[in-house]
Amino acid sequence: MTAKTLFDKIWDAHVVKQVEGGPNVLYIDRHFIHEVTSPVAFLGLKNRGLKVYRPDQTTATPDHNVPTINQHMSIKDELSRNQVDMLKKNCDENGIVYHGLGTEGHGVVHIIGPEMGLTQPGMTIVCGDSHTSTHGAFGAIAFGIGTSEVEMVLASQCIMQPKPKKMRITVNGTLDKGVTAKDIALYIISKISTSGGTGHFIEYAGSAITSLTMEGRMTLCNLSIESGARGGMIAPDETTFNYVKGRQFAPKGEDWDKAMEKWAELKSDEDAVFDTEYTFDAADIEPMITYGTNPGMGIGVSQTIPTSEGLSGTDKTTYQKSLQYMGYNEGDAMKGKPVDFVFLGSCTNGRIEDFREFAAFVKGKKKADNVTAWLVPGSKQVQNQIEAEGLVPILQEAGFELRQPGCSACLAMNDDKIPMGKYSVSTSNRNFEGRQGPGARTLLASPLTAAAAAVSGVIADPREMM
Amino acid sequence: MAYDKFSKINSPAVPLPYENVDTDQIIPARFLKAVERKGFGDNLFRDWRYENDGSPKADFPLNNDKYSGKILVGGKNFGSGSSREHAAWAIYDYGFRVVVSSFFADIFKGNALNNGLLPVVVSPEFLEKIFVQIEKDPESTFEVDLPNQKFTITATGESTDFEINPYKKHCLQNGLDDIDYLVEMKEQIAEFEAK
Ligand code: SF4
Repeated sequence: MTAKTLFDKIWDAHVVKQVEGGPNVLYIDRHFIHEVTSPVAFLGLKNRGLKVYRPDQTTATPDHNVPTINQHMSIKDELSRNQVDMLKKNCDENGIVYHGLGTEGHGVVHIIGPEMGLTQPGMTIVCGDSHTSTHGAFGAIAFGIGTSEVEMVLASQCIMQPKPKKMRITVNGTLDKGVTAKDIALYIISKISTSGGTGHFIEYAGSAITSLTMEGRMTLCNLSIESGARGGMIAPDETTFNYVKGRQFAPKGEDWDKAMEKWAELKSDEDAVFDTEYTFDAADIEPMITYGTNPGMGIGVSQTIPTSEGLSGTDKTTYQKSLQYMGYNEGDAMKGKPVDFVFLGSCTNGRIEDFREFAAFVKGKKKADNVTAWLVPGSKQVQNQIEAEGLVPILQEAGFELRQPGCSACLAMNDDKIPMGKYSVSTSNRNFEGRQGPGARTLLASPLTAAAAAVSGVIADPREMM
Repeated sequence: MAYDKFSKINSPAVPLPYENVDTDQIIPARFLKAVERKGFGDNLFRDWRYENDGSPKADFPLNNDKYSGKILVGGKNFGSGSSREHAAWAIYDYGFRVVVSSFFADIFKGNALNNGLLPVVVSPEFLEKIFVQIEKDPESTFEVDLPNQKFTITATGESTDFEINPYKKHCLQNGLDDIDYLVEMKEQIAEFEAK
């Protein structure tokens, strides 16, 4: 038998059919849907006279559009409200479980899946959202799809996909204090670029990866898409099993034992071959921050913005256009640059561990007066846990308030928009032009670096303040 | 989604010589609130096309009368970022049938193919030639020949082959989509589930 990668094992077990000269028909175990990318798919289904084929394998929640204050009131923005209502209606008509605003199951779609134990090792998982890659942290094949594909999955629980190439990224060694999973991810993207992973599915390996918590692994896999890869995954181990065990939809009793037997097989064979391999050393990674308009434009927080020397043609104009948008100059130091907003949240860094780290850092310090901070838990459960662990008074004492769960300023489809020209240190995943509001300038960083900026009022190195 | 069958196109092209054009630029998130698929073309490249007061930005290629046609030519890594299919819809709805680049992001490429929009990958050198030709004469045309998988700069006669998955090619030429295919496979899917 030929040696297989973890990815091959899961993929091959889900191929229903190989189309002659075409893609694979791949069976999908779990489908998450939200209000923005699903309505047109439901409409298409209706126009074809079809019903949802496997409603029990589908889970819905509205997250992209929702306000993060006063969620008990009706959504003010008419178009947003319409999309959220439409999702509920489509779910009701098709027998799909819907976790509405304010309910215990509500939150960003990639946060609630793992929390409920819906995300499990060995599964195929899709959602009409590119950060579905988050779920790969459990040793699952999880990737984002377009609306036509959402319609395919609703209609048949299958999708048509060519098999991607395989990449392994190994990070060995131990992380320095103040360096987190977010920094590993931003570091990798800065090295391989935002298109380095295109056509590939990544497996992360190495001692720096296996020592991450599940929260950290989710952050890392979440950002796989920002390197252009379809997704990223990590072989499941004790950390994974301990996290899944006992959750609402996790297998129980005998089923658990059976699942564990299967899950134990979920690793790349020793002599399995990857199409592309990278190896990095954890000791080279410092807290990262982006200075440009794509996630690959990141540097260590203590460094200076690279110059355009050596670039030519469209590379050079693209680079200069990006710095111009940010209002930065080549060679500038990042430390000490002014900050107007800080956003803690999103499916990248909106989990309990992120709030713990942030709270521990700001404890006994004070928010800078020039900074507006939005702290948005990724889900109702995260919010509950923040409250239960007593983090709220710590945050309040330091001048921070908590908002209600949703995607919020990650893509600014609700009211949480960064104003034109303002600088936002954000724990989310995209610093594209206008991502956080028209003209907004986004600097991606970890919760710790965001916390350091929030209390200093400028870009600061968290290591010097811990 | 039904779309027009695709075979050969002869048209001038619109240049967009930037790299990493992400789907947030193609269609900003605030325009994703529709529950139907229409009118996205109006907001294609919204923030690059218009000033805040709604007046067109004169230096943006789509606002420049000298450029027209059904072919959009972008810099490398076109369509990166968010998986929003609205990006492909907006480009198609605006009137483009082909996007040319030296490199496409995966999800965008899949979305385009699912919506009758043909992504054509050419070498960085050939891409440069296309940009140069458009600059020289914005009215000069290009031929996209799907059956023979050939892209030609009409003025110079230079051409290049492009790749497309045979199944996807068949779908584009016949205006078919994957959902029809999958729905017909129902029995086989049920058998797979029973295993
Ligand atoms: S938090 Fe941001 S990246 Fe995550 S699902 Fe929401 S909008 Fe997408």
